Amino acid sequence: MLNIRRDICGYCGACVSVCPEGALELIDAYLTVDHTCIDCGICEKVCPLGALEVIKE
Amino acid sequence: MKRQYDLLIIGGGPGGALAAKTAVEKGLSVCLVEKRPAIGAPVRCAEGIGKELLTDFLPPDPKWICTDIERAELIAPDGFSMLLEPRMAGNEVGYILDRKVFDRELIWKAAEAGAETYVKARATAPIMKDGAVAGAVIEQHGKIYDVHADIVIAADGIESKFARWAGINTTVPLREIETCAQYLMTGIDIDSQKTSFFLGNEVAPAGYVWIFPKGDGIANVGLGIGGGKSGAGHRAKDYLDRFVSRMFPDGKIIELIIGGVSICKPLPCTVADNMMIVGDAARISDPITGGGIYNAMYTGRLAGETAVNAIELGNTKKASLMPYDSEWRASKMGKALDRNYAVKEVFTKLSDEKLNTIIHSIAKLNLEEFSTLTLITELIRANPSLLLELKHLRSFL
Repeated sequence: MLNIRRDICGYCGACVSVCPEGALELIDAYLTVDHTCIDCGICEKVCPLGALEVIKE
Repeated sequence: MKRQYDLLIIGGGPGGALAAKTAVEKGLSVCLVEKRPAIGAPVRCAEGIGKELLTDFLPPDPKWICTDIERAELIAPDGFSMLLEPRMAGNEVGYILDRKVFDRELIWKAAEAGAETYVKARATAPIMKDGAVAGAVIEQHGKIYDVHADIVIAADGIESKFARWAGINTTVPLREIETCAQYLMTGIDIDSQKTSFFLGNEVAPAGYVWIFPKGDGIANVGLGIGGGKSGAGHRAKDYLDRFVSRMFPDGKIIELIIGGVSICKPLPCTVADNMMIVGDAARISDPITGGGIYNAMYTGRLAGETAVNAIELGNTKKASLMPYDSEWRASKMGKALDRNYAVKEVFTKLSDEKLNTIIHSIAKLNLEEFSTLTLITELIRANPSLLLELKHLRSFL
């Protein structure tokens, strides 16, 4: 699953643009992820601050 | 908020503002929604724009111009600096804006002309009718409104979702996004009329570092790196912290600005039935510089004009909106996007040694003008084999 570190996220939306599934959404000042996330980790790489982490279950 | 408008615009940046102003001045009823509580904030921009490009839209105003840039400096990976004087730098010289004020001014002009504007109002879904967009569901202050419109313009920026919800794939490939971090710094020793660009895989792989002065001792100091180069321990902010501690150890950081800039090809088609896509949402920022303010304003204005014509004709289907897509592609801006994409594909793959060779050789020329064309010529001079790899570059010479 994708963990969003809200304490680190700067809500810039870079991750939203690269998400192949359209699973992320930037709602004003917070980021959300929905059930379509496939844990591909692309957003984790692109984040300029390191706010996203895919947690292997 | 009414239930029906001629034109509904999603997003209150420069693209949405120009679309709104253009359309409302020609008599359309226009509603613009911005999901943020404030227009212009938070800033996600280095704030530079070419002088000629800006004056295409409005006369320069000291209210939102921080600095008037006279010179530019390009610093090679080996530290060699090449100075571009105004006569050479052409469009690369310009203004550094205060986007918080600038964006408000653009929206204010649209509102003054009669556009309705709503903040903290977010489009949560398109309203679809017979497979085509017919408006949007808007959420504001806990209430939900079904807002119908003949045409919807998606001006929702890099994190654009609207076009995607309506069935258009807007995904930016990882290697074709620049992931960026910037500090607004004060107390730094800089030339306030000179922009600086640092190249090299050490400072910003597949990107560059910029210093854009906003006043005496104040500047946007930022960088972008290729998305493919980013990861744990080597993110945009890591590179920026290293650069800043080396260059400006005593500077004070008064703002952190982050964001993504697409450097991919534009969306294959920027219109659909009853819908147009403008600005960053259409993936039309410049693949070399990352600049997107002008491109957003230009496509916003053009989409506004196209909406007026289509509604006058009583046909807002895709074919009727196609002139928007074909016109921007054929424009000077569209051609520059094509050319700069081809150049970017070469540039982002160059080793530091090659970058050094190219910058040293450009500096030796007595250039009348510095432009992307000069860059292409020199790229090929330094790497004749590139022409074979990228035959299409030849067509730009």
